[in-house]
Amino acid sequence: MQLPVKLEVRNYHLFYGNFRALKDVTICIPRNQITAIIGPSGCGKSTFLRTFNRMNELIPGVRVQGQVLMDGQDIFAMDPVELRQRVGMVFQRPNPFPKSIYDNVAYGPRAHGIRDRRRLDEIVERSLRDAALWDEVKDDLNKSALALSGGQQQRLCIARALAVQPEVILMDEPASALDPIATLRIEELIQTLKQRYTIVIVTHNMQQAARASDFTAFFMMDEQRAGLLVEYGPTRDLFTRPSDKRTEDYITGRFG
Amino acid sequence: MPVRYIVDRVAKYVLLFSALLSILIVFLIGLFTLREGEPAFRQIGLEHLLGGTVWRPEQDSFGLLAMIIGSVLVTFGALALGLPLALGCAILLAEVAPDNVRAVIRPAVELLAGIPSVIYGLFGMVVLVPLIRGIDVPGNTGFGLLSASVVLAVMILPTITNIAEDAIRAVPREYKEGALALGVTHWQAIVGVILPAARSGIVAAVILGVGRALGETMAMIMVIGNSVVFPHPLTANPLTIFLSQARTLTGNIAVEINYATGLHESALFATGVVLFVLVMLVNSSARLLMRARTG
Repeated sequence: MQLPVKLEVRNYHLFYGNFRALKDVTICIPRNQITAIIGPSGCGKSTFLRTFNRMNELIPGVRVQGQVLMDGQDIFAMDPVELRQRVGMVFQRPNPFPKSIYDNVAYGPRAHGIRDRRRLDEIVERSLRDAALWDEVKDDLNKSALALSGGQQQRLCIARALAVQPEVILMDEPASALDPIATLRIEELIQTLKQRYTIVIVTHNMQQAARASDFTAFFMMDEQRAGLLVEYGPTRDLFTRPSDKRTEDYITGRFG
Repeated sequence: MPVRYIVDRVAKYVLLFSALLSILIVFLIGLFTLREGEPAFRQIGLEHLLGGTVWRPEQDSFGLLAMIIGSVLVTFGALALGLPLALGCAILLAEVAPDNVRAVIRPAVELLAGIPSVIYGLFGMVVLVPLIRGIDVPGNTGFGLLSASVVLAVMILPTITNIAEDAIRAVPREYKEGALALGVTHWQAIVGVILPAARSGIVAAVILGVGRALGETMAMIMVIGNSVVFPHPLTANPLTIFLSQARTLTGNIAVEINYATGLHESALFATGVVLFVLVMLVNSSARLLMRARTG
């Protein structure tokens, strides 16, 4: 892999109390590419994704070991609030705030100190355009975000994440609660976003990983139910000629 | 038919009966109060009763305005002091405190709700009133709206804290995570997303607190002074109105009912009706808000 590395994980372990949820993960995630994380339910893929913005720390009793670097810098040495500005996240279920569309997008920039109305207007418009939502909502910016459809809500959440200008966007099964058409729109959107952002996406949908990602990491559980990285490589290689028997079994539908 | 089916059916009617009985009791109390107060409404007139500033039963002057203002002011004072405290407690319990701290504070706050109101009154008389008497303003006796507000603030603390905490806890975790994931601090997430999302529940908590404050009697009688004066500032500083003695609607009934007869007695029942309507308005608006939240 000659691509520049954005996120690097070395010998990473995660524990919930005494339970080891992730075991010895080592992976390099390239800049401006889409990296998909696939694997059966419970294999720790969401937990792994939440490593990059340190959201796991909100759960009491979580302990980690190993190194995670962003642009060569240890993320555990950073201030988590600052880290989360640089590493945005889109969740499985669309979670717009019970505020207007405008206020949803402006929330992040405002919290980071931008007060000037004109600048906020610009940021809101740009973020909504980038999230391919502007044309649908530009006349209803003061409408409640909760009145939007599920697919629109999820694009609003993407716009909200874009508004704070992150470098990395983490997506935790962003389309699993959406219908096929809305899913397709999100996938197209992710393709356009990769030019400016590094994207890591967890999905349980193998077609989606095959269609929409450049690299794929396959996780599964060992006998102690600890998640581990089985295979990682360019998406095409992983899906056409997997090097690990377990990967092959999974992508051909023999388990999972 | 097996016995358990019969029990099942009978249980339904027993439960229905208990529910109807409690409704009936409320209805009867309301009716009784209204009936006893009716001569006052008829002979004194609603306008004079609600708008009159002079309460002199021996001269057949029955204006409740001073007491209405007294009740409203002491409630307002209790809110001004108690609400920030209660909200702070609720936020702490729902969002900030780790489980072991919560396990100590929450029962302690709930214990406040279990203290009999006469004990609050005693505490107010023995500790608070002498303390407030120390404020050097002519005419300040220590008994008055400020003492009453402080006592009442502590009394409504558990009501508001508990309900507001529940409201904050009911905010979906997704909102909090969504906010934190944008790189805002925990406090920013609380102020910007979590509290607004819990707003209607918090308003309902406040209104229930107000309902409780309006109805409080014993502790108020013991610390508010009970003189039938229109609450007034003692000096040029308008805030000294809180050092003024006053009487609440509830206190008015409790203090005088023992010796009142005739129209005087009826006027006290009319006081009860006014109070009843006030509390009912406050409570039903709370219920409306709760419904708006769940609906």
